[in-house]
Amino acid sequence: MDPFRKLDAVACPLPLSGVDTDQLIPARFMSRPRSEGYGPVLLHDLRHDADGAPVPGFPLDAPERAGARILVARRNFGGGSSREAAVYALVDHGIRAVIAPSFGDIFSGNAVNNGLLPARVTEAEAETLLDALAGGLTRLEVDLEAQEIRGAGAPVAFEIAPVWRTKLLNGWDDLDLTRARADDIAAFAARDAVLRPWAIPAPEPEG
Amino acid sequence: MTAPRTLFDKLWDAHAVTTREDGQTLLWIDRHFVHEGSHHAFAKLREKGAQVARPELTFGVADHYAPTRTRDLAAIDPGIADMVRRLQANCATQGVRLYGLDDPRQGIVHVLGPEQGLTLPGLTMVCGDSHTSTHGAFGALAFGIGASEVAHVLMTQTLWQSRPRRMRLRVDGRLAPGITAKDLALSFIAKVGADGARGHAVEYAGEAVRALSMEGRLTLCNLSIESGARCGQVAPNETTFAFLGGRPRAPRGEAFARACDAWAALTSDPEAEFDREITMDGAEIAPTVTWGVSPEEAAPIWAATPDPDAIADPARAAALRAALDYMGLRAGQKLAEVQVDRVFIGSCTNARIEDLRAAAEVLRGRKARTPGLVSPGSSLVKAQAEAEGLDAVFREAGLEWVESGCSMCVGMNGDLAAPGERVASTTNRNFRGRQGPGARTHLMSPAMAAAAAVAGRLCDHRDLTREEL
Ligand code: SF4
Repeated sequence: MDPFRKLDAVACPLPLSGVDTDQLIPARFMSRPRSEGYGPVLLHDLRHDADGAPVPGFPLDAPERAGARILVARRNFGGGSSREAAVYALVDHGIRAVIAPSFGDIFSGNAVNNGLLPARVTEAEAETLLDALAGGLTRLEVDLEAQEIRGAGAPVAFEIAPVWRTKLLNGWDDLDLTRARADDIAAFAARDAVLRPWAIPAPEPEG
Repeated sequence: MTAPRTLFDKLWDAHAVTTREDGQTLLWIDRHFVHEGSHHAFAKLREKGAQVARPELTFGVADHYAPTRTRDLAAIDPGIADMVRRLQANCATQGVRLYGLDDPRQGIVHVLGPEQGLTLPGLTMVCGDSHTSTHGAFGALAFGIGASEVAHVLMTQTLWQSRPRRMRLRVDGRLAPGITAKDLALSFIAKVGADGARGHAVEYAGEAVRALSMEGRLTLCNLSIESGARCGQVAPNETTFAFLGGRPRAPRGEAFARACDAWAALTSDPEAEFDREITMDGAEIAPTVTWGVSPEEAAPIWAATPDPDAIADPARAAALRAALDYMGLRAGQKLAEVQVDRVFIGSCTNARIEDLRAAAEVLRGRKARTPGLVSPGSSLVKAQAEAEGLDAVFREAGLEWVESGCSMCVGMNGDLAAPGERVASTTNRNFRGRQGPGARTHLMSPAMAAAAAVAGRLCDHRDLTREEL
C-alpha cells in the first residue's frame, strides 16, 4: 500500500449526515469483481434518479469537483454494513481522505486497510469546511504528519487513532506484521488447546 | 489478587496472542463465518496463492443471496445464482464446511451459528457482516469485519484490533407484557444515537436483560451495531447453558459440564469499572417503531413524527426534512396513522422460532390487509414452525411463507420492495434503499409487524389482541 503523508487535492462537499455504507454502494452492485472498478457506482442512488439519469447538481459530479480526492461530510459517515466495497467505491472514484465528525467503526478500519484516511473533526469544523467549499473553494490540503487540514482559513486539526495514523503513514499491511509473529501464534494455539478444550467445535454428529 | 475485570476484559485477555507497543492486540479467532459476500476475501487469498490456515474453524453459509421461492439455482437470476456457486466453489477448494442451500441446517449465519452450537460463551467470533455482534448474546466476543480482515483471518486465524472502551447498559425492572428485546434495542439506539456507542463494547445487564430468552438476547445483541457499538454481550447463565445442551457442534456429556463450569465465570466482577454506564427503566419501554431513515429515528407507537421547524440546528433540521421527505411523511404526523403497503417478517434480527410464534399469535384467525413475506431465520426454524402449524396461520392470513435466507433484509436475492412502497419490517436497517431503491422501511418487532399487516397501518399490537378479550 502507498504511504499517506500529505494530500493537496480537489475537495468535494457532501453536506449529508448518516451516509451509511448502503448509500455508498447499494447492495445490488456488490457481486461485481473488484477488477471491474467500483467508482461508477459510488453513491449511485443519490447520484442518479429512478430512471438512472444523473441528478443535476450532485456535488460529486459537478465539473469543478472533477478529480476530487478529498470528501467532506457530516456526522456518522460509513455507519451500517461492514461491506468493504463501500471503501472500494470511494477509492476507485479517486478519494483518498474523508473528513467528517464521526465514522462507523468497521468502515474506518476498512478505510485504513485500503489507504483511505478517515479524518475526524468537530461538527463546527465540518460546517466551516463545508461552507468554504460551498462558497467556491476547490482545494484542501490534508497533512497526516501534522494532523492538519489547510486551505479554508485557519488550519483545522483532525483526529485519527494513533495506530491507524502510523499504518497509513508507513503504508503497512497487517499481514506482514502478523507473519513476523508466526511463532507467537503457534505457541498461543498450543497453550489454548489445553486451557479451553471446549473451544474446538465438536465433530459433526452422524446422519 | 487480580484487578476486577468486566466480561469484555476477560474475553479479550483470553484471546490476546500479543500486544504491540502502540496498543494493537493480535487476537486469536475461535470461529469464522463466510458467506456469498466473502468473494472479495477469497479473491485476495488467490492473489497471494495462500490457503486457509485453519479450515476446521471456518464455516460457510449460503444466506445473503439465498433464493427464497425455489432452491433451484437454474431457475433464478444467473447473477444471483453465480454468487451462491462462487461460495460453494471457494469453500470446496479451501476445505471449508459449507451449510449450503441443500443442507437441512442452512439458515442465516447469525441464526445458524447458535442453532448448531457453533456459537458458545467465551469464544471470539468474526464474519464479514456487521450483525456478527448477534453472537454476543452467549457471552462471546463477536464482531463484524471487512474483506481485508476476512482474508487476514482466513490466512492466519488472527486479527489485529484496538481495544474498545467498555459501556454497560443496565435495564432495571421488567419489560411489560408484549414488549420485546426489539423495542428495548430501538429505544436504546434512539436514546444514544446511531453512533452513540461508537468505539465501545456494550454489556447488556440488569433485571430486564437477565429475564430475556436466548432469542431476545440475540435480537438485542444483533442491534448493537445500530448504536455504532463494536460488539455487545450478555453474560451467560442457566438460560444460555440450557439452550446449548445437545446442540450438534457444542461439547457433549462430561465435556459440556466442564465447559459450563468455565463459562459460569464469564461475568463482570462486581467491582469492575466501565468507561460509560447507562441505565434504563424496563417498565418504561414502549412498543417502538422507526419513522425515519436511521434506526435512531425511532419512537413509541403513540408518538408523532418530529417537526424540523422546531429544531434550531440547521444541519439537523435539514437532515430531518430529508428523512421525512424520503419516508413520505409529514411533520407531526401520528405514527399510528401511517398506512403500510407490505410486511416482511424475517432476518437475523427477528426470524427465530419465538419471533414467528409472536407474529402468528397476532395473525391467527385474522386476515392481512397488506401482502407480505415470512422468511424463517433458518431451515430448521422453518421445519419447527411447520411442525407447530405456524405456516398455515401465515398462509391463511394471506402472507407468503418462503424458504430461509436474508431475503428482504437487504434484497440481494431479489426479494425487494417497489419504489415508494412502505414496509413494516422486523429487520435491522431502515436506511434509504435498503429494501430496494426508493423503498420505505419501518422497523418493529414481529408482533408489531403482524399487527400492521392486519390493520394496514402502524399500530400497537396489544390493541388488536385486547379487542378480542
Ligand atoms: S439478515 Fe440482514 S442483517 Fe442479517 S446477515 Fe442477512 S443481510 Fe445481514
